[in-house]
Amino acid sequence: MTSLYEGLIDGVLAGAVYALMAAGLTLIFGVMDIINIAQGVFVVLAAYLSYVLAAHFGVDLFVGILITMPALFLLGIAVDWAFIRRLPARDRTTMSILVTYAVAIIVEGVLSVIFGVNYVQLHGWYVQRSIHLLGFYLPDIYLFGFGMAVFLMAAIYFMLYRTRFGRSIRASLQNRQAARLIGINVDRVATLTFGIGVAVTAAGGMVFGATTAFNPNSGYDLISRLLSIVILGGLGSMAGAMVAAVSMLVVEDVVASVWSPLWSEVVFFAALVVVLTLRPQGLFGRSFSRAQ
Amino acid sequence: MSSHRLIKPGLIGVALVAFLAFPWVFSNPTYTTIAVFTLIYMTATTSWNGFAGYSGYIPLGHAAFFGSGAYTFAVIAQHDHLGAGYGLFGLVPVAGLVAGIIAIPVGLVALRTRRHTFVVITIAIFFLFQLVATNLGITGGSSGLQVPAPNWPGATFNDPFYYVALALLILALAGSWTIRRSRFGLQLLAIRDDEARARGLGVRVGRVKLTAFVISAIPVGMVGAIYAYFVGQVFPQFVFDPLFDLSIALMAFFGGLGTVWGPALGGLILEPLQQYLTFTYSVGDLYLIIYGIIFLVVILLMPLGLLPSVTSWIQRRRGGPARASPGGGGAASTLRAEPESGP
Repeated sequence: MTSLYEGLIDGVLAGAVYALMAAGLTLIFGVMDIINIAQGVFVVLAAYLSYVLAAHFGVDLFVGILITMPALFLLGIAVDWAFIRRLPARDRTTMSILVTYAVAIIVEGVLSVIFGVNYVQLHGWYVQRSIHLLGFYLPDIYLFGFGMAVFLMAAIYFMLYRTRFGRSIRASLQNRQAARLIGINVDRVATLTFGIGVAVTAAGGMVFGATTAFNPNSGYDLISRLLSIVILGGLGSMAGAMVAAVSMLVVEDVVASVWSPLWSEVVFFAALVVVLTLRPQGLFGRSFSRAQ
Repeated sequence: MSSHRLIKPGLIGVALVAFLAFPWVFSNPTYTTIAVFTLIYMTATTSWNGFAGYSGYIPLGHAAFFGSGAYTFAVIAQHDHLGAGYGLFGLVPVAGLVAGIIAIPVGLVALRTRRHTFVVITIAIFFLFQLVATNLGITGGSSGLQVPAPNWPGATFNDPFYYVALALLILALAGSWTIRRSRFGLQLLAIRDDEARARGLGVRVGRVKLTAFVISAIPVGMVGAIYAYFVGQVFPQFVFDPLFDLSIALMAFFGGLGTVWGPALGGLILEPLQQYLTFTYSVGDLYLIIYGIIFLVVILLMPLGLLPSVTSWIQRRRGGPARASPGGGGAASTLRAEPESGP
């Protein structure tokens, strides 16, 4: 029974971090109709950046986020400007998948040229330590990661619902034409949203890098999970992404603890397939196509 | 006016002779090895295009069928009363059949979704296959399976593989050409252009998509089997390789998505290039960067691909109306904002 609770707790803690990264991905889709396949490799890139900051400059991992987040924000804006903006108008979403996939393998290639293919992991005083609570060992890094993820998601929520910019985003999300008609610069909103969506990978990347050994190839596994989460929650739905992230991670960790770690990943994707068979639009997705 | 109608069949005839003669002219095993891989990719991308190019749905998970074919071949070949030799090629159609059967539930699940979700779900299903192959006992787990090797002489070892692969390519091209000209193909193109309207006109959309999807999986499974036999061993990360999907998509786009010959042309150009890059720049996955850049260039600057662009350039030189190639009318409308004039 303890392993069940352990799986549950691990799932919730890790799920929050995945929720943050998935929220970025689904936000990008919601506002821009773009599926950013490169999100996974950006997480890996962020992890490597944190690594460089920590190993070569002695910057603490959490402090390093103050640097990596703006860096990835700028990278997101650059990618949008260079590639996303130039997408053909027809079949934009499908094309965006191919384009961002191409960007992803370029970044992966660059990372493997610079860092090689050996596995790396981030270190910090909180990575090895854990607190002992109610009979369970909760690794510090997971707790801090959870706290940070919750904080950032709350920040995003605040921005979306309490600021003018956030309102522009929500308007663009609901109906791009109408948003344009009332004077919102939809293209600029889109670019900034893409930047934000990518920036959150900085935080996720740091936690990911601290809890898992990674190399440039790790992006595939990440993006397949993030995509599964986002589709499960319903493309475009932030709440859906968060619920799906925590649920999937909980299921995976419970299966890993109770049954076998080998099959836990399979369960992850199997769950996606099952849900999609029953409800193709995902948990919170809309079943009709978006009004434009 | 009639002389140029012979150009296309003429070119095809010349190409056929060239392909048949290749191993005799370039008998160096290095070249024939590259040739075998090239043929495998050409077949896979032509087959993939038969679904993706004609229906407009872009699956990025066909590596699942490639791997299924490879593993089917390897698992069956493990039984020792089946000696290695020409007879083992008989397993190739079996592998294709298995891939086709597997494609049925995959297609049923994946085709329920909208176009962009479809792409993602095929990616997810592909990773599912990779995971299962890595963990399952019968597939040897991450140490893979060995395939018995035939004892053909080293100098001509590659030749049987070459000719079998060539036969498959011809089969795939013939199939693609036939579909393109058939009523079934028209239904697919209608789905690509406007699925709702096609449904309204009476096209059995679900059935047509699923049939095309399953048909496209079979040759991919067969070349997977050839790959397994040729390489001699099957590892999950090599036969379930996300780059395989990207490569065949890139080849199809590069050559001309939706055309009959375009993807094969794309494969003919890009696969030797990839092999060359892997030999020369084996350090640090540099070829990933180059591949990605080519992909970006093709998608953003040349979305129609090589064949339609070249064909319409030729048309313009002749002074006729500028129009895309026979297969490109629909491909153009998938990728361009403005409607195309002419077929």
